[in-house]
Amino acid sequence: MSTKTSWTGRVRAATLEKFEPEDLLPEVQPAYVASWIYIFGVATLAALVMLVASGLYLTLEGPAWWHTSNIGHYVNSVHLWSVELFFVFMVVHLWGKFWMAAWRGRRLATWITGCLAFFASIITGFTGYIIQTNFDSQWIATQAKDGFNAVGIGAFFNTLNTGQAILLHVSLLPLVLGGIVIWHVILVRRKGVVPPIDEAGE
Amino acid sequence: MLRILEINLNHPAHYVSVGPFSVSAGNLTIIISMFAIFVVALFLPFPDHAQSEKHAALKSEKR
Repeated sequence: MSTKTSWTGRVRAATLEKFEPEDLLPEVQPAYVASWIYIFGVATLAALVMLVASGLYLTLEGPAWWHTSNIGHYVNSVHLWSVELFFVFMVVHLWGKFWMAAWRGRRLATWITGCLAFFASIITGFTGYIIQTNFDSQWIATQAKDGFNAVGIGAFFNTLNTGQAILLHVSLLPLVLGGIVIWHVILVRRKGVVPPIDEAGE
Repeated sequence: MLRILEINLNHPAHYVSVGPFSVSAGNLTIIISMFAIFVVALFLPFPDHAQSEKHAALKSEKR
């Protein structure tokens, strides 16, 4: 039982017990990590950093800028290609982890948070496509509205409401996705990178 | 000079259709690329891998 008298002390003690600095920021990795299939998690994170950086720039300047200026076109393209790479890296990461059964060794929460991050990314990507403010976004929004109405969520999420979609895309969903990703990375660090099946002796 | 790198996208998308399945050429390219990247990642030797094996071999020789 903890001897700490305040909740801050108890939280600190519990955090230090569960998250050791050596686990959170390791300097070396097991030999089996020296394989290309292990780089796609961090490649996904790198694409996410580019996404957030270019997204912040787009948020500051707005649609009139990204549709009309050269630098706006460039930053808009960086944001688009970061999304493409983000999903490509994430899907290859998912395939790799699925085929090495990465939920082994009490890593189920890591696997589940990865799945949640994937679904949150799809919703975030979708809201991004409908706030482009061009004919493409109009087409996607009008087609998606029928789909959302058909499954009964049209009353809560109206894809023709650009204001709602923008707020979801630039505030709520990045917070949700960012939180899940941080949780996922902390779990990876805490449990360690999953070993190959033959290495684990299973 | 960079104009030769430009791709004109100002036309309806090209689609590949096989029976009931239909996919845009752009999406199909990305899906095929993902499979290719996955296979390459499995079999391409990691730069440090050979070196670390050599290092391990040298270490075991010294013992």
